Amino acid sequence: CSLPGGSDCSVSFVSQVVGKVCVHGGQKDILGVLVPQLTELTQSDCIWQRICWRLVESVPDRWMEAVLLGFVQSAPGADALSRLLGNLVVKNKKAQFVMTQKLLLLQYGYTTAVLQNVLGYLSLDNLRRALLIKVLQELLETWGSSSAVRHSPVEQQLYISKAILICLSHLKEPEIESCRQELLTNMMAGVKCHLDSSLPQIRRLGMIVAESVSVKINTDGPVLKFQYEEDNETQELKSLLVQAPQHCVVPSLADNRNERAEAALPGELEAAEKPQTATQVVPEEESDTELDSDDDLVPYDMSEDKEIKSTKAPVYIRDCIEVLTGSDDVHKWDATIKALEGLIRKNPAATREVSVELAKILLHVEEKSCIEGFAVLRQKAQVAVLTTDPIPVAQYLTSQFYSLNYSLRQRMDILDVLVLAAQEMSSPKFYGKNKPSNAQKPCIQLLPESNSSKDWRKIVDERIKSKTRRFAKGRSQAETDAGPNKFNSVAGHFFFPLIQNFDRPLSTFDLLGEDHFVLGRLVHTLAILMYLAASAMVVTTMGKALLEFVWALRFHTDAYVRQGLLSCISSILLSVPAAHLLEDVAEALVETQCWLADVVEKDPDGDCRRLALQNLLLMENLKKKLETAPS
Amino acid sequence: MALPPPDPQFVLRGTSAAVHTLHFSCGGQEPDFPILFSGQSGFVHVWNLKTRRVETALDGHGRKSVYWVETMGAKDRLLSQGRDQRICLWDLAEGRTSVTDSVFTENVGFCRCSLLKVAQERWLMAMATKALEEVQVLELPSKTSVCTLKPEVGAKLGMPMCLKLWQLDTGSQPWLVAGYEDGSVILWNLSMGKVWSQLVCHQEPVMSLDFDSEKAKGISGSSEKVLSIWSLNEQQNLQVYKTHELINSGISDITIRSDKKILATAGWDHRIRIFGWKKMKPLAVLDYHTATVHCVAFSDHRNPSERLLAAGSKDHRISVWSIYAQT
Repeated sequence: CSLPGGSDCSVSFVSQVVGKVCVHGGQKDILGVLVPQLTELTQSDCIWQRICWRLVESVPDRWMEAVLLGFVQSAPGADALSRLLGNLVVKNKKAQFVMTQKLLLLQYGYTTAVLQNVLGYLSLDNLRRALLIKVLQELLETWGSSSAVRHSPVEQQLYISKAILICLSHLKEPEIESCRQELLTNMMAGVKCHLDSSLPQIRRLGMIVAESVSVKINTDGPVLKFQYEEDNETQELKSLLVQAPQHCVVPSLADNRNERAEAALPGELEAAEKPQTATQVVPEEESDTELDSDDDLVPYDMSEDKEIKSTKAPVYIRDCIEVLTGSDDVHKWDATIKALEGLIRKNPAATREVSVELAKILLHVEEKSCIEGFAVLRQKAQVAVLTTDPIPVAQYLTSQFYSLNYSLRQRMDILDVLVLAAQEMSSPKFYGKNKPSNAQKPCIQLLPESNSSKDWRKIVDERIKSKTRRFAKGRSQAETDAGPNKFNSVAGHFFFPLIQNFDRPLSTFDLLGEDHFVLGRLVHTLAILMYLAASAMVVTTMGKALLEFVWALRFHTDAYVRQGLLSCISSILLSVPAAHLLEDVAEALVETQCWLADVVEKDPDGDCRRLALQNLLLMENLKKKLETAPS
Repeated sequence: MALPPPDPQFVLRGTSAAVHTLHFSCGGQEPDFPILFSGQSGFVHVWNLKTRRVETALDGHGRKSVYWVETMGAKDRLLSQGRDQRICLWDLAEGRTSVTDSVFTENVGFCRCSLLKVAQERWLMAMATKALEEVQVLELPSKTSVCTLKPEVGAKLGMPMCLKLWQLDTGSQPWLVAGYEDGSVILWNLSMGKVWSQLVCHQEPVMSLDFDSEKAKGISGSSEKVLSIWSLNEQQNLQVYKTHELINSGISDITIRSDKKILATAGWDHRIRIFGWKKMKPLAVLDYHTATVHCVAFSDHRNPSERLLAAGSKDHRISVWSIYAQT
């Protein structure tokens, strides 16, 4: 748009054009041309700024939203937006609503850059800063409300968290002073709701926002600090707290060259440092290129070379039990824990005699000394005991799961051990692992077989290979040895006790009440056990029981539990033979299908919706298979 | 797929005491038999490697431990050093077993002597003497003192723990590399009788060292977990070349094979480790003994495929291995 310079013309016509185009969806096209030019023109020229402000202010209210959204998305930065819009948000009610409420709280689809633009724009003028504080308070209230945490999708919570962090980064000291107390109360209430959630992502968001708020309001004195796993998301969120110096992306403008030159300088300094480290590395590598006549000395196998331990590990299972229950000798205890899994696997008969006792000890044993990986070692030993003597130990463990006076951690450990053992027993490759391959050096070395017997096979194979034309190479993986699926016979012992008592609350353990996290884990465990029991005899009975269980819990409020329930349905559909399903539980399946359709449309959690959709597809496939099968 | 480490070719038993030192003498012409000398408490056993039995037992140190044996030239002249503070020269020709000469060192330490042939019928022997930090170099068979190497006052090196005399080729000036109790290795210039270069290699006493004069590189081991490899630069100054971490601490003996391709270390963890000398590439871990290995020695067979490695241990056994003999 090239207005003849200086003449007095009305911009309201232009505003209307812009407004109409934007409302009809042409935001990108028209603003893609307008905004860069306007940004450039308003850079230094006040008159152009005023023209621009008049332009946006004259847009009729019914089209204001579309225009504003377009501007906010295409503006290259918060200060550009500020120049383009002026104090529109203060003067125009509709604009204020769009910028402070609609963009931030009522939807969550825009990028972080848009958030930066909006909130930066609000912070750049004193008139607008009051709005910024109001926005922050509203955001924090929404963030902290427990119903929002439980029912709104993860993406929306992420969006609000980002907005909060950006607001915090813009606030100045005196402003924080004025609303310190409110920020604190909101933050404390909010962090509690977040930490209660079963989804790890929500917990992390809560922790990061709480940490950031605490840093801002307690500049001196102890700040809140949480421990969580860092990854790209957390890095991104934390980076929002620090405002980077704004540099415009519009090319070929004289001012920006300075900014970019400054930004380039730090980059150059970094690059200059790198060659120094590189030159240090090079001399070492050069010496390696000397001719090496040592290469013809072939090293022997040195895998048996281990550190000498001063205490010997016990060699008998019963000795291990003695050490774990009685002994005070820390070194012996260490050596026992490390050796236990191996011993259990090598002495199955001896283990079977004391299996339940060993399981009991392992469930209760606590870390006495700081050895690395204590939890892993203990879990491996427990899995070994369970796979060696599945039925009694499974009975013991499942009964303990529902007993009094265990910590949540112990109950979840029981579930983990059951799953790992089930996986091991149903997987063929573990069958071959138990052969002691080259554990001890043979004292007498067998003479190598005389060449003739092995070679003929090789020669014949070669000849066949050279004569056959292959069209496609199949998978060249060696075939694993087949072995019987040990899980089939004990699947019921693992599964049914776990599913029986879930609705009976104990004084210290209430699955349906507070301990919904454990319920979620239980449901996931049942799904895995169901899946692994695909070829067991009791699979149909299991499937029926699980379907009833899922039906009872299907409206649970916790998203993690719902995800588990949907996984259970998947497992049932995959494991129970289709014919049995249709025979026994046809009506239940139809009801389940209705429920799944409901979940796909209305469940707030994205993962739940996805799982429900997968289940519906599985059911469709099942039906198709049955229709085409000759019966 | 690496092969499992080899088993010993044979094991010599019958010493009834911990074996402290070994020395091969196999380079003789046929019909001589190859011989292994082993020193332990009180006796030096002469083993016939063909029959694998003790031919003779030499008792010259009053039942005190013998901790160094070496032949002077042919195998009928033997030097043995014992805890009775004496170094005895034996005449073993034609079945005799008599001590023809002895040197009274007055040293109560454990430092093994080092022998170097400098000319026909002339040897230099470096040994620790009565004074705590001194090393004396004697010329044999005349037993005249060539020089006494005294570190400067206040150096606090402690006792010399291991010695190695070397010269670049016959006729050039001899040098001595000595490892001391404080962990440092010193290069002594014998013609001037002074310290030429000093390098602190270890935090613990240097237990053993060996030096390759062709490559001007040496290796030292101590009671910690590190092997230190050092070299001489153009000015003949010691500098650290590299270090090698071991799995278990404690090395009692190191020896480089005469073809300078591999070296063997005797460890307190009952294992013998073989490394490639060029780059300290670990080659094998020989696990046979059940107590700490005190000494390792390579044989001097003329025929390379017959070469052997012997290890003597506190468990009274001498294991003899044939390893990397083809190269």
